[in-house]
Amino acid sequence: MTQAITPTQRTTAATFTGLKCKECGAEYEAKAMHVCELCFGPLEVVYDYSALSRVVTREKIQNGPKSIWRYRPFLPVETDTPIDVGTGMTPLLKANRLARRLGIKNLYIKNDAVNMPTLSFKDRVVSVALTRARELGFTTVSCASTGNLANSTAAIAAHAGLDCCVFIPADLEAGKVLGTLIYAPTVMAVQGNYDQVNRLCSEVANTHGWGFVNINLRPYYSEGSKTLGYEVIEQLGWQLPDHIVAPLASGSLFTKIYKGFQEFVKVGLVEGKDVRFSGAQAEGCSPIAQAYREDRDFITPVKPNTIAKSIAIGNPADGVYAVEIARKTNGAIESVTDAEIVDGIKLLAETEGIFTETAGGTTIATLKKLVEAGKIDPDETTVAYITGNGLKTQEAVQGYIGEPLTIEPRLDSFERALERAQTLDRLEWQQVLV
Amino acid sequence: MTVKVLIPTPLQKFTRDQATIECTGGTIAELLDSLEQDFPGIKARLCDEQGNLRRFINFYVNSEDIRFLDGANTALQAGDEVSIVPAVAGG
Repeated sequence: MTQAITPTQRTTAATFTGLKCKECGAEYEAKAMHVCELCFGPLEVVYDYSALSRVVTREKIQNGPKSIWRYRPFLPVETDTPIDVGTGMTPLLKANRLARRLGIKNLYIKNDAVNMPTLSFKDRVVSVALTRARELGFTTVSCASTGNLANSTAAIAAHAGLDCCVFIPADLEAGKVLGTLIYAPTVMAVQGNYDQVNRLCSEVANTHGWGFVNINLRPYYSEGSKTLGYEVIEQLGWQLPDHIVAPLASGSLFTKIYKGFQEFVKVGLVEGKDVRFSGAQAEGCSPIAQAYREDRDFITPVKPNTIAKSIAIGNPADGVYAVEIARKTNGAIESVTDAEIVDGIKLLAETEGIFTETAGGTTIATLKKLVEAGKIDPDETTVAYITGNGLKTQEAVQGYIGEPLTIEPRLDSFERALERAQTLDRLEWQQVLV
Repeated sequence: MTVKVLIPTPLQKFTRDQATIECTGGTIAELLDSLEQDFPGIKARLCDEQGNLRRFINFYVNSEDIRFLDGANTALQAGDEVSIVPAVAGG
């Protein structure tokens, strides 16, 4: 069938009106720009909330697509046909076994390890960024990535038919590099850490007319993370949790979950209450945790050295805002060692059947630390955000997990191996008990 | 001391749309003054009312963040590359 005329993309009026500087309040048109021309503060999308509260209802959302686009009026795109590859609406799992192990009662895991199409929360932000990139007329999209974002940008660009060039640090985990190359983008492996990649991309964005999802498209891109807030509210039966724990890299995800919660309260979709926000960092890259601990309102950059590469940002753009939110919500920001991160990955897998990557290990290890320090009330409804998949960072756990028992294809060989395995198990238990 | 300076998009209106310029200065602080002479108005965008570098701007000398060097007093050599980059990016 030949369709002579492409259907027009824009049917519903956009609910956003422009961009505004978070620092000085200067206003701009909703184009591809991310920092204020006057003070270099970050630009944020401005919505017409009174118009929004007239058009959104719980029923409309529930009857919408089974993806982040059920919240389209809260996202900064104009089209009614966004790029929808089934992103979002990931499971919110009641984690009873993990909760019991930690000594708390009402724990949930928001499981973006199974987000679509590339198994991390980044699919949310990229779906929004590329939809907006198309509206703004970009034909090439790009990003500075620690791995997950490159996977997602390359995959969704392939689906949308956009040219793609991604920049990653050269020392990334093999799974993350392969998981990008398969979509056949141009991949620039930069000999440097993420902060150097990011700086280079800012320079490239100055001179090439590309849509960098996390640079010149950042105000749109980052709004995608709000859906992690909306979904939790909806999945808790239209209620806010009491406490959330999320990983901190640039701090953007953390601040946008907060914004998502606030927006649903503002338009009357959920009853307001105080939610505590706690953040998780790896000790080998913890500039936000350090600022929190030292009660500073500025971030001192660090040079990352941790296995948690996906969150190893030494110069985090939204760090100051993350500190502010943790403080004003009576949450906390903690950091954990690489060994604790591996234990966190294993603990989540063994108790809940979820295999997360190092960022998720950081979150679980931090959750454990917060419980042990009495910073999480056992009765609080607590949501831990798991943002990526363990199959991508296999190197991190190699050598820390068991090995298969190799046996002959004979019953007696199996019986002997089983006996041995059970003895080893018993010994391990005795060690634990002692 | 002539150095190469990379100018971010929001400041290119001061530099007549040039992304790269040549400028002089023995330190970052001196460079800022000489930038102001060549492109009046640019310093107020880079520094706050107290004259401190704004917190949402990063300066790099040959790819190293000046906060790991000597801040605004970081010394410059002829041929150095100074990159001015908005801090808000990535993640």
